Amino acid sequence: MTVEELSRLQFAFTAMFHYIFPPFSIGMGLLLVIFESMYYFTRKKVYEVITRFWIKVFAANFSVGVATGIVLEFEFGTNWATYSRFVGDVFGSPLAAEGIFAFFLESGFLAVLLFGWNKVKPGFHLFATVMVALGSILSGFWIIVANSWQQTPVAYELVQDSNGFMRAVITDFWQMVFSPSSMSRFSHSIVGAFVQGSFLVLSVSAYFLLKKKHLEFAKRSFVIALVVAACASLLQPLIGHESAHVAYEYQPAKMAAFEGLYETQKEAPMYLFGYVDEETETTKGVAVPGALSFLLDWDTSYEVKGLDQFPKEDRPPVNSVFQSYHLMVALGMFFIAITLLALFFLWRKKLFDQRWLLKIYVAAVVLPVIANQAGWYSAERGRQPWLVYGLLRTEDGISKAVSAPEVYTSLILFGLVYLLLLFSWLYVLNKEIKHGPESHADMETDYRERHEQFDSFNKSLK
Amino acid sequence: MDYQVIWFIIVGFLLTGYAILDGFDLGVGALHLFSKGDHDRRILLNSIGPVWDGNEVWLVTAGGALFAAFPHVYATAFSGFYLPFMILLFALIFRAVSIEFRSKEDMRGWRKFWDVAFSVGSILAAILFGVAIGNVIMGFQIGGDMEYQGTFLDLISPYTVLTGVFNLIMFSMHGAIYLNLKTEGELKERVRRWAFKAYYIFVPLYAITTFFTMYKRPEMLANFSFGLIEPIDQHHPLIQQNHIIVSVVAWIVVVLNFLAILNIHRSLVKDKPLQGFISSALMMMAIILFFALGLFPNMMVSNLTPEYNLDIYNSASSEYTLRTMFILACIGLPFVLGYTSIIYWTYRGVTKINESSY
Repeated sequence: MTVEELSRLQFAFTAMFHYIFPPFSIGMGLLLVIFESMYYFTRKKVYEVITRFWIKVFAANFSVGVATGIVLEFEFGTNWATYSRFVGDVFGSPLAAEGIFAFFLESGFLAVLLFGWNKVKPGFHLFATVMVALGSILSGFWIIVANSWQQTPVAYELVQDSNGFMRAVITDFWQMVFSPSSMSRFSHSIVGAFVQGSFLVLSVSAYFLLKKKHLEFAKRSFVIALVVAACASLLQPLIGHESAHVAYEYQPAKMAAFEGLYETQKEAPMYLFGYVDEETETTKGVAVPGALSFLLDWDTSYEVKGLDQFPKEDRPPVNSVFQSYHLMVALGMFFIAITLLALFFLWRKKLFDQRWLLKIYVAAVVLPVIANQAGWYSAERGRQPWLVYGLLRTEDGISKAVSAPEVYTSLILFGLVYLLLLFSWLYVLNKEIKHGPESHADMETDYRERHEQFDSFNKSLK
Repeated sequence: MDYQVIWFIIVGFLLTGYAILDGFDLGVGALHLFSKGDHDRRILLNSIGPVWDGNEVWLVTAGGALFAAFPHVYATAFSGFYLPFMILLFALIFRAVSIEFRSKEDMRGWRKFWDVAFSVGSILAAILFGVAIGNVIMGFQIGGDMEYQGTFLDLISPYTVLTGVFNLIMFSMHGAIYLNLKTEGELKERVRRWAFKAYYIFVPLYAITTFFTMYKRPEMLANFSFGLIEPIDQHHPLIQQNHIIVSVVAWIVVVLNFLAILNIHRSLVKDKPLQGFISSALMMMAIILFFALGLFPNMMVSNLTPEYNLDIYNSASSEYTLRTMFILACIGLPFVLGYTSIIYWTYRGVTKINESSY
C-alpha cells in the first residue's frame, strides 16, 4: 500500500476508535448533571448512589478517550504535514481553542468529580460536574468547527507565503467558526452523543433490573436515561434533516452518494435500503419515489443533482457511503421506536415487567455506537476525494518526509495497542458493573448532612 | 513586540507549564517501580491522581498552539520525527490508562502489568522529551522545502542521548521532591533519599550537559554575550537594540538558577518540601528560558544552511490569525490558571488512601 492509503487507514482507524469514547462522555456528562442535580435538590440518598456509580463508569471511559484523543492531534502533523502547512492558519486555531477553552476545564474539574467527595462542598461538586459536562460539549464544538471548515470552507483566502507555499488564510475568524455546516453538524453529533450515553445507562440499568439487583437504583437510572434518550432520538431526525440540507447545498456530490443517485432527476427517490453497483452506476433497492426531492425542497418535482454532474475523479466512493448513511438512518428510526415503546409501558406502569424489552435494552448499547460511527464514516468518506472540500485533494495532503514502512509499523502497533485497550476497558467496565453501586446504607447520613455537620463543628471551634 | 514574538513566548509558556507540571508526574512514574508494596504504590499513583490529566493538557494545548501559530514548525517536526513521536504517543497512552486501570482489579498479574506500563511509559516519555530538546539544540537536516531529510538514526547521537538521560534524571528528581511534599512517615523518608540520590546525579549531569552544549553550539550563548558572540544567522532586531538588557537579565537568571539548585539541597536537608518543590520548578523554568534564549528567533535550526532555518517569521501563520488567537489566549489563559490553582489548592496536603482513590 502507498503512504497515502496507509495514512488514511491509520487516521480512519485511530479516529473511529477514539470516537467510541467521547460520545459516551458527552452523553453521560449530561446525565451526571441531571443525577447530581436530583440529589442536590431532593437530597434523596439513592441519587447519591446513582451519581457516584455513574461517575466511576464515566471515569474509565474518559481516560481512554483522552489517551486516544492526543493521538489524533499529533497525527495531523505526523501523517498529514502538507495538509497542516496548507491549513494550519485556519484549522489550527479551533484546535488551540479546544485546548484552551475545553480540555483544561474538563480535566481540571474531573479531578473534583472523582476525588472531590468529602473534600469539597456538595454545591461545588455539582458545579464541577456541570463544568465537566460543559467542557466535553465545548471540546466537541471546537473539533467539529475544525472539521466543518474542511467540509464547507469559507472565510479564507489563498495566498502564497514567503516560502512559496500556497496556503489558506483566515479572513474572518467567527465566520470560519460558524461555517455553513458547523452548527448543524455540531448539534447532530452532540445529540447523537446524548443517545449513546443514555443507552449505556439504559443498558446497565436494564441488566440490573433483569438480575433483580439494586432495584431502586436501576429503576431511577433507567427512567431518567429513558427520558433523555427519547428526547434526543426524537430531536435527531429534525437536526439530521437540516444537516443533510446543508450537505446538499455545499457538497452535492456527497448527498448524491448518500442516496446512490447517479442521474440528475426530478422526483428523486429515497431508498429504505439497497445496493449500489458502482460499475454499472445503478442503485437497486426499496425506494420511496419522489421522497428525496420532497425532503430537499418540500416538492416532489424538485430536480436533485446526481453524481453525473461531477467528473469521475471528483466522486466519493458511493456504495460504502450509501450503506453507512442508511445504516445510521435506520438505527435512528429504531431508537425512536424503542424509546417510545418503553415510554408507553412506563405510562401504563408496566415497563419493568417487560423482560423482553429490558433484554433488548441490555443489548442495544452497541447500536448508538454503530450509528455514530456510521454517521461519521459517511460524512468523512462522502467528502472524498477532497481533504478540504473543493480545495485540497487527500492525496496532496500527506507528509513528504514519511515512508510507507514507518506508517506500516505505527499502524500495526496501533492495532495491537488499541486491541489491548479495548479489552482492558471492557474488562474494567464489566467489573464495575458486576460490582454494582456501593450501598451507602451503612452510612447513617448522606454526603450533604455530613458536610453540614462538619461545617457546624468547624464553626463551633471558632 | 510583534505577534510572532508574542506567540513564541506563549508556546514557550505552555511548554514550561507542561515541563514543570507533567515533569513531576512523569518523574513519579519513573520512580514507581522503586516503591515496594501495593499501599506505597497506590500512594504514589494517588499523589498525582487528581492532577496528571490536567498536566498533560498543557502539552496538548502547546501542540494546538504550535499548529495554529507556527504550522510549518508543527508540520516539519511531527512528520520528520515520525517514529519517535509514535513511540511518545504509545508511552503517553500506556501511562494514562495505567493510572485508571491499575487499581480496578486485585489480581497480582494485572497490577504488575499496569505498574510496569505506567513506569516504562513515563520513563520513555521523559527520555524522548530530552532527546527532542537535544536535537533542537543540535539542529536538523532540514532542506529548502522545509522537510526533514535525515533518518531516525540521525536523531540519536551522544549529545542527544545525554540530554535524554539528563531530562529523565531531572524529572525523577522533580518527582521525588513532589512526593516528599505528598507523603508521610516511612515512605516520606524513602522518597527523600530518592531525591538526594537524584540530586547527586543531577548536578554533575547538569554541568556536563551545559559544557557539552557550549562546546558544540557556542552560538547558543549569543544572547548571553552582550553582543560579543555572533548567532548562527543574525540577531533579532529586538535583541540587537536591547542586547545589554537581554544579557543582563539572562545572567541574572543564571545566578538565580544556581541559587535555586543550591536551595533544592538546602530544603531537602532542612526538610522544607514546599520550598524544595518551588526551587526545583524555578530551576526548570530557568533551563527552558536558557534554551529559548539560545534559540530565539529560530524554532528549528537547519544544519545544512542557516537559510533553511525555521524561525518565528517564515514558519508563522498570518498576522490576522496570530492576533485573533492572541485575543482568545488572553481570555482563556487566566481561566486556565484560575482553575488549575483551585484544583491544586483543593488537593493540597499529604495524600491519603480513601474510598475514591485509585
